[in-house]
Parts: sequence; C-alpha cells; structure tokens
Amino acid sequence: MSELQLKDLYDGFRDPEVISGFAKLIEQEAKKLKKPINIMEVCGGHTHSIMKFGLPQLLPKNINFIHGPGCPVCIMPKERIDHAYALAEQEDVILLTLGDMIKVPGSRGSLQDARAKGADVRFLYSPLDALKIAEENPAKKIIFFAIGFETTTPMTTALIDIVLKRSIKNIFFHINHVTVPEVMVELIDSRDEHVDSYNNRIDAFLGPSHVSVITGSKIYEEFPRKYNRPVVVAGFEPVDVMEAILMIVKQFNEERCELEIEYKRLVTHDGNIKAQKLIEKYFEKASLFKWRGLGNVPKSGYRLKSEYSAIDAEKIYADILPKDEIEDHKLCICGDILRGMAKPQECTIFGTACKPSTPLGSCMVSSEGACAAYYKYGNLI
Amino acid sequence: MNKTVTLAMGNGGEENNELISKVFYKAFKNEILEKSEDAAVIHGGELAFSTDSFTVSPLFFPGADIGKLAICGTCNDLAMMGAKPKYLTCSVIIEEGFSVRELEKIVRSMKIELENNGAIIVSGDTKVVPRGSVDKIFINTTGIGEIKKKGISSNLISEDDVIIVSRDIGCHGATIFAARESIELSTKLESDCASLTHQVQALIEANVKITALRDATRGGVSAVLNEWATQSNICIEVDEESIPVSEEVYGICEILGFEAVNLANEGTFVLAIKKEDAQKALEVLHGFENSANAVEIATVSDQYPKKVILKSSYGTKRFLDAPTGELLPRIC
Repeated sequence: MSELQLKDLYDGFRDPEVISGFAKLIEQEAKKLKKPINIMEVCGGHTHSIMKFGLPQLLPKNINFIHGPGCPVCIMPKERIDHAYALAEQEDVILLTLGDMIKVPGSRGSLQDARAKGADVRFLYSPLDALKIAEENPAKKIIFFAIGFETTTPMTTALIDIVLKRSIKNIFFHINHVTVPEVMVELIDSRDEHVDSYNNRIDAFLGPSHVSVITGSKIYEEFPRKYNRPVVVAGFEPVDVMEAILMIVKQFNEERCELEIEYKRLVTHDGNIKAQKLIEKYFEKASLFKWRGLGNVPKSGYRLKSEYSAIDAEKIYADILPKDEIEDHKLCICGDILRGMAKPQECTIFGTACKPSTPLGSCMVSSEGACAAYYKYGNLI
Repeated sequence: MNKTVTLAMGNGGEENNELISKVFYKAFKNEILEKSEDAAVIHGGELAFSTDSFTVSPLFFPGADIGKLAICGTCNDLAMMGAKPKYLTCSVIIEEGFSVRELEKIVRSMKIELENNGAIIVSGDTKVVPRGSVDKIFINTTGIGEIKKKGISSNLISEDDVIIVSRDIGCHGATIFAARESIELSTKLESDCASLTHQVQALIEANVKITALRDATRGGVSAVLNEWATQSNICIEVDEESIPVSEEVYGICEILGFEAVNLANEGTFVLAIKKEDAQKALEVLHGFENSANAVEIATVSDQYPKKVILKSSYGTKRFLDAPTGELLPRIC
C-alpha cells in the first residue's frame, strides 16, 4: 500500500474544475431565489478560506457573506488580555498561549509588547507542549492562557487531566474558552436592550466542521427549529464551502429549513463523546463571557469548576488581576456589522479611533475581520 | 510606531520598513541609501557594497549552518546588483562558553562558500561577551563586489518585464520552523541556502536583459513583489498556480497556517526580465541545479499601482500583502 500523502487529504477539494462546476450550479439555483440571501460563516477559519480563495467573486450578487465573530483571538476583550499581561509580568511566571493571540492589544499593549519589555511569553503549537516547558523550568510557574472555541477546548482539558493525574505542581490555567451556538443566538435573538438584533439580516449559517467534529452537529438543532435559520456544517476547503452554499440555496428554493452536514467525512450528530466528557468533567459555563465588540453574552464561556481552584490562575492571582470593566467604545458598531445591519464605513470611528494597529471592535483585530479588510482595501476587489 | 522594539519590527515586512524609515533613514538620509537596493551602488557605478548580520537558531540546520548563511547572504546581496563578490569583512560576537569546535565548523563552512564565490575575507573583528548577552554567536559580514552589469534596479520595472522565480520557495523558512519547534516530519526538507553569484554571472554573460533582481530572504517572495510594486509604481499580477512550492513546504504551511510566499529563502531570487528575454533567462537558469525549476510567475500591469494581485486558476483574485507582524501560526 502506498503511503498517504498530505495532498491526498485536500487535493480533490481544491480542484479548479470542481470549484467552477459548483459556481455554475449555484448560479443556476440562485436565479430562482425570491430575495437575496445573507449567509453568515460563523468561524474565522471559514472567513480565511473565503478570502484566501476569493469565493465571493464566484457567487452571484444575490448571495452575500456576513463574516461572523468566530475568531477566538479577535473576540478576546481587553480585560482578558490585560489579565494575561499582568500574569506575564510576574517575575516567576512563564505565560503560554496559542499562536496569534500574542499580537492582539489589550489596554496596556499586546503580549508581544509585554515580551519586548522582558516578560517570558511563549506560544505553543499544542497545549501538551506545556509539559516539557514545566519540566525544564521547575522553579517557574507555567500559566497556560487557554483560548479557542469547542475545537481547542478538549486539548486544554487533556492537559489539565495530565497535570492532575501526574500531580504536576507548576502548571496553572487561565481559561478563556468560548462556545459557538450561544453567540449565534446573541446575533439573532439578543435580549440586550442596546442592540436591535431583531432586525438582523442573517438568513442562514455556515457552521464550522472542526467544532462539530467535537460537539457533533446536534448543537445547531435549535436554529432551524426555533429561529427559522438553516445551518449547514461545512469543511474549510473551497469545494466544501461552495457545496455548502449550494445546499443552503437549495433549502431556500425548496422551502426547507434544516440542519445539514456537508462535512460528512468526520462530522456526526453526536460528535466526540470522550472529548465532551472531559470538558464536562473540568469546566462549567460562566453566566456571562464578554466578547470584544459584542459585550456580555450569556453562557458563552467556560471556566474551571471550583474543585479545581488549585490550578485556576484566575483565582490564585485574583489580587493582581485588573478587575475594572473597560467599556467598548460607545460609537463602535461591531454588533451591527456582525448582524449584517451596517457596513464598516458607516461607523464613525472607522479608520480614526479604530484602526488595525489600535483595534476597538473585533472586526478590526484580524486581517480577516470585515473592518480590517475594508480599511486596507476599500471596495477594491 | 511602537515605543519599544518588538520582534515584528525585524520581520522584513511592514513594521520592519517603518522602523528603518522612521529611525535609520531619517538620521542617515542620503541619495544612495534611499534607493533601497539590496546593495549600495558606489564609485561611479563600478562597485556594489552591502552588509548583513546573521542570527539563527538552531545554528546548524538541514542544508546549511550560520557560517554558510553569513557568506551567502552578503554575496547574494551583491550579486543582486549584478556584481561579482570580491572582498568581505567578517565580524563575530561570541557568547562566553561557546564551543571552539562548533566555531571551527562554522568557519569551515564560511571558507568553502567564500571559495565558491571567488571572494576573500580581508578584515575582521572578534568580540566575546558574557553569557546571556547574545544567543551563542552573531556574525556580521560586509562585502564589496565588482559590478559586471550596470543599471540593475528595483525602481525601473515596467510593463515590458515579466517576473521569474528561480526555484521552489519557502524551504529555508519551513526548515527553520520545523527545526526550532521540533516538528518531526519524515521529509527531505532542507534549507535552500546557496550562493547565487554563478547564476547571475551566467545571465549577464548571456546578455539577458535584466531589469531587477532580488533574493527573497526575510518576508519571502511576497515582500520582494510588494517592494517592487511600490518602488517601481507598478501592479504585479501573479498566477498563483505557477508559484513552485514543494510538497514538504506546502505541508508545513498547511499544518501551521502559513503561506509559502511569506517564508524566508536564502538561495532563491526573483527576477524582473524584459519579456523578449524571458525564455533565454529560463534556459540559463535551468542549467544550474539550484534553479532547475525556475519559472515565470507574474506579469506587470497598471491595474492597481503599488499592489500585488494573486490570481487563482478558477478565476478569482486577491491582493497579496507584504507580511506583517511576527510570523505566527494561526489558531483558526
């Protein structure tokens, strides 16, 4: 048997002919649409694929994307980043986090800035790399600033599991894991008096496949049923995204409103039960988690259960962690942009108080955010 | 600009350019420096003059080491101005406790690469600093080369040129990442670190109409193309599919969320060649092992001045930006 090559995993899913074929099918199907539809891709990974492969250019004018809030780095509020900054400043602390988290500014700067000032901040490829760092630095306190959606949460709990089972004494956790369905509800059915979510323009959702590999597709069941929004769980390759769009358009034309799985390669209804059990064992939902640009979203974030306080950096370092709430800029309209109700240029602080180097709302943080993209390119392409 | 220097300011991209222009160019401003070429052209266009400092971790990596890198880096900068490297200086800063045996190994690599370029070290300096003051060893080399073809410049590219890349891209960056993060892959991946003097001299001898050359070091091919688009006030339209990327490099990019065009190279260069000579240039390049898969990747237009566009094989396009920030793996 020949060895499996990496390209075998994506080859067919980037085939120009298949992509063009789907573009034609979508165009034919979209002609029958009664009104234009706005599809929110919830996940930052989907936004990245859509931008990277230029998919909007292949779609007819009556199909639009609304880029969702699903980038765990972008939505991290300044308060939480300030926590990480304060922890990193402690003399005996090595602060660990994942990839691009270190570049997002809090109110005192980013973790990159903290590192430039002498803090020991490192990024990991896998949370389990923390074990080696802890072993090599027995006199240091290793704090893992854990971020990410359901996809990365099990990796954190796997690390917790090992730390507790092996009684490792110098690894601690600052948990910032968030969940997808709750923020989707926030966008279309928020009870928040400040936002007018009932006029949102989101007609359907593209659900990220990697989240559902863990959670199963079941987490989206309420959206077609209760909120009348179709959801298609899709992979990240261009062919996956195009196929999912075709599935959504067909639902509208056939007057169906369902939860469907495009990414049948790995997603099931129930997901990875073992991973889910691990999450349930160590975490519970906090009543509120603040999202940059969206404010407090009920039940959208995890925290360590109180019996694990001994490894909870938020409790151990409670005295040094800043507690003041930092108001999102009053004029930031991130919430409206994410609901498809406004374009970035309509925001009065767009490009002035809020720029990629000093982002206020989440849409300006990453290059994939709607505001950052408009800031850079205008409507050029 | 940030009040403290961050790693992002050394990435070869936007922040790096900002630091250079707001601090160094501001103080040292002069006509030669402001041309912003790989090497300064001095002495009535007869000589090319360039300097580069080398820090790399690990010091020894698949395909090369810091010694080879230190000679190739400066010689390649000279070669990019059509010059043949002649005289180099070498200055090393060594951390207390460094192994003499490793030092000898590094110097041996330097010697071999100097011979390959036909250049000699004519002056040097050695400093040893207390443990912790530098990371093992830093090397600076400065070189003078004799210009064999005048007028090569990144400021003169026009719609009459096509853009060629000399080989598959990103090998050095991917190798260093894999080595540094101990990503264990069963691959043949190694750094592309190599001297480019012979290829450039062969192009000159074949009378190829060269407009500009640049080695795609930090910031990779996307940094070179963006610098050229800005300096020559042109739009570069890249055919994405045509950019050669090895399967190993592509794999590392897929795993870590990088783009091969942003990864560093140490023996790969980008050429702007007059259209009518593109074929001739490719034939010359194909005669060398290190550029056997050289290929045309882009054309020049006036569609979006100062911008680089990537065109996909299924008809979409997007801007290719100069890399910004520190190269970090994407988490989603």
